Amino acid sequence: MKTESKLEKVLAAGHLAVTSECGPPRGAMPDKVREKGKYLEGVVDGVNVTDNQTAMVRMSSLAASVILKQEGHNPLLQMVSRDRNRLAMQADIIGAYSLGIDTMLCLSGDHTKFGDHPMAANVHDIDSIQMIQMVKRMRDEGLFQGGAEIKSPPKMFIGAAANPFADPFELRVLRLAKKIAAGADFIQTQCIFNVDKFELWMEGVRAMGLHKKCYILAGVTPIKSVGAARYMKNKVPGMDVPQDIVDRMAAQPKEKQPEEGISICVETIERLKKVEGVAGFHIMAIDWEEKVGEIVERAGLLPRPVV
Amino acid sequence: MITAERKPLEELIDYIRPFRRLLLVGCNECVTVCAAGGRKEVGLLASGLQMALLKAGASIEVREHTLERQCDPEYVEELVPMIDGVDAVMSMACGCGVQEVARRFKDKPVFPALNTKFMGASERQGVWAERCQGCGDCLLGKTGGICPIARCAKQLMNGPCGGSTGGHCEIGDDVDCAWALIWERLKALGLQENYVEITPAKDWRSGGGGGPRKIIREDLAE
Repeated sequence: MKTESKLEKVLAAGHLAVTSECGPPRGAMPDKVREKGKYLEGVVDGVNVTDNQTAMVRMSSLAASVILKQEGHNPLLQMVSRDRNRLAMQADIIGAYSLGIDTMLCLSGDHTKFGDHPMAANVHDIDSIQMIQMVKRMRDEGLFQGGAEIKSPPKMFIGAAANPFADPFELRVLRLAKKIAAGADFIQTQCIFNVDKFELWMEGVRAMGLHKKCYILAGVTPIKSVGAARYMKNKVPGMDVPQDIVDRMAAQPKEKQPEEGISICVETIERLKKVEGVAGFHIMAIDWEEKVGEIVERAGLLPRPVV
Repeated sequence: MITAERKPLEELIDYIRPFRRLLLVGCNECVTVCAAGGRKEVGLLASGLQMALLKAGASIEVREHTLERQCDPEYVEELVPMIDGVDAVMSMACGCGVQEVARRFKDKPVFPALNTKFMGASERQGVWAERCQGCGDCLLGKTGGICPIARCAKQLMNGPCGGSTGGHCEIGDDVDCAWALIWERLKALGLQENYVEITPAKDWRSGGGGGPRKIIREDLAE
């Protein structure tokens, strides 16, 4: 074991891991974080805490992670290279670890263009792969990125993202390989709606033996409405929602659409369980955390293992 | 080349309102090529300023002059005979030219007529696009001659983000994904293995992180 991370323990014991996420509030509302956390109690092994997601200012991932930790959760600190240079990142990583956070996800982050501060500078001092290298070096060599020794280094279980649906497709496996070579211990993928394409990507992953070098958690998202399905299909860069999913949602009356979205999500998990190399699931129920328990239960992923 | 665009006329008028005699100085280099501050644009702006002020019931005498290269002290000397006859200078060069004129004539107010934009190339008639950020440690040899620092919206050094779609950047369909271009080029060259090697974190000291940059060529410096 590289770390004390609960997620690492669950994965190392060979269980299908389940993570979900909590988007911090856009204001000083610690109770909102606790409320979202309540829905996830006992149904997931870890909770991703997003870092200014969609480039909108929110309570910091670190602060919300600490609140969740105090409530007994296992937060995964998300960190984007958009908002911090390497000094700030390392300072926050040490701070997070000092407050009991032992798992993180290294990301580039959505461009500021999409958020509420399009006029802000994009930092990108280092990219997500260089961030992985940095966090690994801090953990395994006890060295700062600049080369100086760290007294009592933070031991993070290191996550990264992968999007099998973005282009160029032939680079997608190679980019994963680079993240693993940099030091990623686990991967959470973009939401999977197009399972066929995901399987194609996983073929490439297995051909390189990458699923043996790193745990791959398949990302899923329940869709609330046909409008949301269309929006994700047409407006979100790097998202692949096949037309038959949109049609399935459209075939239901409005009040039945949420239920249909949950069913699609559960069926997707069932299909993904059969894909060799999938080590677990990352359920991104955006502002719909209350449904995660139902999805996990219907997908036969309860009870969560005690490790 | 260094590209630039002219500031709005209103902003320029605000600068020069207190003055009666203005020297408008163009540059024959990059800003001529990108049609922002060459001899022709100097002429157009001189008339524009005079007309705008006349309309407002004021007037200004504008003297026009275009230097061969405004960022070079040798050429800026040409302005010496003109400078005493004016109250202020407006430069139509890039920021380098503006500062060179300001450095040479310490007692004259110098105003920029342009917004200096980026180092770029002409994509087609009338269109210029960014190509280089002057990071001081060129990666182009490994990236198939396409710069991820200048052309990837996230400055990613190790491949495309998850927002790359159909060759476009996530910020808009009018922006090429630099990594899609790099990958196509590496494939064409049979150099796909270039992609596999991780590009380590960059040392930004050469890119301005170490403070204002300077080149000193011992063999040439006096």
